[in-house]
Amino acid sequence: MLASTAKPAPEAPALVVRGLSKRFGGVQALDGVDLTLCAGETMALIGENGAGKSTLVKILTGIHAADAGTVSVFGRPFAARSPRDAWAAGITAIHQETVMFDELSVAENVFMGHMPLTPRGLVDWGTMRAATAELLDRLDADVEPDTPLKRLGVAQKHLVEIARALSHDARIVIMDEPTAALSAREIDDLFRIVGQLKAEGRAVVFISHKFDEIFRVADRWTCLRDGRHVGEGAIADVTEADLVRLMVGRSIDQVFPKQDVPIGDVVLEVEGLSNATEFADVSFSLRRGEILGLYGLVGAGRSEAMQALFGLTRPTRGSVRIDGAAVTIRSPADAVAAGMAYVPEDRQVQGAVLPMGIRENLTLAGIAAGPLARFLSRDRELATTRRFGGRLAVKAATWDQRLRELSGGNQQKVVIAKWLAMEPRILILDEPTKGIDVGSKAAVHAFMSELAAQGLAIVLVSSELPEVLGMSDTVLVMHEGRIVKRLPRAQATPEAVVTAATGGGHA
Amino acid sequence: MSDQAQAGSRYDVADRAARSWGERLTSWESILALLLVAVFVVNGLLSPYFLDLFNLSDATFNFSEKALVALPMALLVLVREIDLSVAATIALASLAMGLCAEAGAGTPVLILVGLCVGLVCGTANGLLVTAVGLPSIVVTIGTMSLFRGIAQVVLGDQAVTKYPSGLGAIGQGYLVDMPPVPLSFALFLAAAAVAAVVLHRTALGRQLYAIGNNPVAARFSGVPVDRIRFGLFAVTGLVSGLAAVLLTGRIGSTRPNIAMGWELEIVTMVVLGGVSIAGGAGTVGGVVLAVFVLGFATFGLSLVNVPGIVINILLGVLLVAAIAVPVVAGRLMGRAPTRD
Amino acid sequence: MSTGDALGRRGLVLAAIVVALIVLVGLRAPVFVTPSSLLGVVTDTSMLFMMVLAQMAVILTRGIDLSVAANLALTGMIVALVSRAMPGIPIPLVILLAVVTGLALGLVNGALIAGVGLPPIVVTLGTLSIYRGLIFVIAGGQWVTSQGMSEAFLAFPKLTVLGLSSLVWVALVVSAGFWLFLARTTAGRGLYAVGGNPVAARFCGIDLTRQQLLVYALSGAVSGLCGYLWVSRYGIAYSDIALGFELTVIAACVIGGVSIGGGVGSVPGALLGALFLGVVVNALPVVNVSPFWQMAISGAVILAAVIVNTRSEQRGGKLILPEARRAGRGGSP
Repeated sequence: MLASTAKPAPEAPALVVRGLSKRFGGVQALDGVDLTLCAGETMALIGENGAGKSTLVKILTGIHAADAGTVSVFGRPFAARSPRDAWAAGITAIHQETVMFDELSVAENVFMGHMPLTPRGLVDWGTMRAATAELLDRLDADVEPDTPLKRLGVAQKHLVEIARALSHDARIVIMDEPTAALSAREIDDLFRIVGQLKAEGRAVVFISHKFDEIFRVADRWTCLRDGRHVGEGAIADVTEADLVRLMVGRSIDQVFPKQDVPIGDVVLEVEGLSNATEFADVSFSLRRGEILGLYGLVGAGRSEAMQALFGLTRPTRGSVRIDGAAVTIRSPADAVAAGMAYVPEDRQVQGAVLPMGIRENLTLAGIAAGPLARFLSRDRELATTRRFGGRLAVKAATWDQRLRELSGGNQQKVVIAKWLAMEPRILILDEPTKGIDVGSKAAVHAFMSELAAQGLAIVLVSSELPEVLGMSDTVLVMHEGRIVKRLPRAQATPEAVVTAATGGGHA
Repeated sequence: MSDQAQAGSRYDVADRAARSWGERLTSWESILALLLVAVFVVNGLLSPYFLDLFNLSDATFNFSEKALVALPMALLVLVREIDLSVAATIALASLAMGLCAEAGAGTPVLILVGLCVGLVCGTANGLLVTAVGLPSIVVTIGTMSLFRGIAQVVLGDQAVTKYPSGLGAIGQGYLVDMPPVPLSFALFLAAAAVAAVVLHRTALGRQLYAIGNNPVAARFSGVPVDRIRFGLFAVTGLVSGLAAVLLTGRIGSTRPNIAMGWELEIVTMVVLGGVSIAGGAGTVGGVVLAVFVLGFATFGLSLVNVPGIVINILLGVLLVAAIAVPVVAGRLMGRAPTRD
Repeated sequence: MSTGDALGRRGLVLAAIVVALIVLVGLRAPVFVTPSSLLGVVTDTSMLFMMVLAQMAVILTRGIDLSVAANLALTGMIVALVSRAMPGIPIPLVILLAVVTGLALGLVNGALIAGVGLPPIVVTLGTLSIYRGLIFVIAGGQWVTSQGMSEAFLAFPKLTVLGLSSLVWVALVVSAGFWLFLARTTAGRGLYAVGGNPVAARFCGIDLTRQQLLVYALSGAVSGLCGYLWVSRYGIAYSDIALGFELTVIAACVIGGVSIGGGVGSVPGALLGALFLGVVVNALPVVNVSPFWQMAISGAVILAAVIVNTRSEQRGGKLILPEARRAGRGGSP
């Protein structure tokens, strides 16, 4: 039942997307995107983080609804309201984040939501196991259907997820960075499977940041930038450099204004920071007025290393010196006392207290740094709020407005203002412009530049290449938990940074 | 896009939102106040004995001990925790006092013993939740059985009744004779005032709201989340110990089933008071009003001989209605909570 | 699938503890390990078995049902009153009435939790008070004793078939039903998915609201069934029967390895948790330990169980470094 070969009508392309648009609050995630995919071909969907790839995938799989535009699948109009609709139409996706049930068996993870039933309506474990074993066999995966998922490693879990996609007997398979956690041999297996899928007449959308893979596996490519379709063609006709240029697009210096400021003395020195699983031997030094860009793919261990530095997690090894003196940081409070501030990656979860007001958010770090038994003064709080909220040009009706009611950009400004109110000497910004609108983005960039000019030392963690290249005095590249490259501004070309981040040139 | 060019310039942002009278009247506290007025009017009409200063002051004896514990419980619920072991802590503290009383200890020693046992119980809960990292609902169901079980093991079907008269003077005594203000009620009012100041005026209070609304962001902002949670469990234990002193003094005996089922009544006070079980919302004023509504409604109904268990129906309905009405009203007015 | 797989390591440890407990008690009081005595333990525990399974289904979805004992008592009172008013009513009809009554009471919880979207702990705390109070109201504050119940009504729990009490048979049927439901139906497996990873469950097209309605209805129906069994077995119905039993039920779940965080729990584990408490309750008088120890022991065991369970869940994190990944894969080629 799984081997049945999809036979598309020869004249209709597998997938036609026309003018697809989607807006989240203040962000236009997709803006009139077109895409055409034929049966039996592999399409590489490329673009920076935030270019709209994941949003497109979520619309095609019924998790989000589009605001405008049409999708047709094998000539039939398609508007998925739920994942089930998408399966019914023959579309399935392997998502970037693993979407799985740790406590359940491999077979159940593969078939959750569409388990085979006996004639009496009971779950047919026998068929389910056999079918799972068959799928895993096709993937050459050394995994038993009855094993609880929690006992598997990351790579094996990923294979289970691929098996899950295949279990739908889908005619269109979307793979969202499927190789991120795989070893070289497993990647070979994956590409063999992609070849097999193509041979069976299925269409594959392949999303990856790794150009060597794109050139190995894809027939055609489509590039998105800032939610727009900016180009497509046959893989055979382009070079890696062409694609990078298209992805990055604009001339970097115009949009990201890092002023040249005198770089001062060393403020922060980090030596050999490591933990058991996520990052190893992270060492760098940071000077007054310097912006240090930390680039890497998702999962390279950048945020994890910064969170350990800020006292949120315990590193297993490593030392930190501030102004040449060793400091011990066991909690965020210690880090704050040492003059550090950390604007986290996940604004909604880690940065903002959404149900509380601007004033309460903006003064929170200051309140937490003082004694517990201390009376608050509304006037003092308002003074701080006006000063720092004003400096970042936070737009709101009142300073008591809840953060939930603000746009993403204004939320982020409040979070940054919260830390500036602490008057830190070292500012760590983790993806500070992720998911915010272009205007707020520019405001944040301008402000960073201004802060650096005032002598603040800044670490900028970002997955957005133009941002890192435009803002940083020095770029550090992380790959698989380690810093693999240190590039001064002059040598930090997109090609050099991307090559290092994807493990090229050192593996 | 428009604010790009003006980065750095000031926008006109008002200092505070103008609060309309409509909003004030539909706040949870106003609804509770209206409910309280209704309780007084209805009960006053039902029984001529209700609106009597001495009767009303006597009524406070029946809820002041629970109400005291409801205050730290409200703070715990505010930070997304719960302590179901409070009544068992009262039983254990009362037991310890009873054993000391039988050994001839005087009133000051008994008070100290009650408070200390409460504090130890609260500390145990706090450690299990913060240091070991266990869910508080399971931990406190466990310690509830453990504490109450110890009291049962020691007492069996016996009771301790030999208490010095000084303890009775605390549990049954009055701080002021005219107008009659029972000591336990005065303690509750004082504790409520302290709780209100802490929650609504101090740095600690603000951090409690921050933890309740988003514990992760609070931690990322430097709030010592676990230390604060631990402290709240310890204080809840301590106040339970105080409640044990008052209760033991008032009834003059310790049985294994002392304060049985109080944990649910106390949680009811907190939730009816408008403290969100999901954390992050609630006021001390609301809890105090809920205490009065529940306490005087119970008293009034018992005056007209409604049995306690039937009064419970009313309390259950109030509890469910208290959380259901805002949700349903919000939906009817088209303000369904949405994500994004 | 071997027994070891079905139970898991924790389940096997719990089974070993239960057996060790029985052996220890047997060493001091050999009478305890006679078949009839052990059968008595199982008979005594039969209602707890059923209630634990129903509660587990609720907890799997990250919920909790505190109203089960109040539901049991209310349903018990209703069927007792019906039996008094209509002594001739056939027992199957009484059982059906009990199940339907309990189901209706459970649906009230389900509607408030799944329909309105209220927190389960507050809703069931409220309905706990309401159901207890209603017992008093419908009975006018009276007790119904065995004199008021018909002979057939009282005879059912004393029935023995093939050497087993009817209570045990009912518990067996209900347990088998739960096993079938949780292991062999899409809805049952869906409970694990919803509790284990609600977001992923949505991606798989599983509807949380329907799942919630289902588990609270089930919990109610089982409580109702046990209401009749309880009242007929002990020959009395009044407002305080099974007072606090909801906490015993939850305790047995926790001991049986059901995670209060949802998504984890097995039928054999939950049954073992209930059996453990059943053995403790029945063994204490046999070895001349005051029955007052029961509560303290169950408290200590709850704490021990939750510490052990949490410890074994807290292992490993995200693996990013290749060397850690290799180590984590345990040497597979």
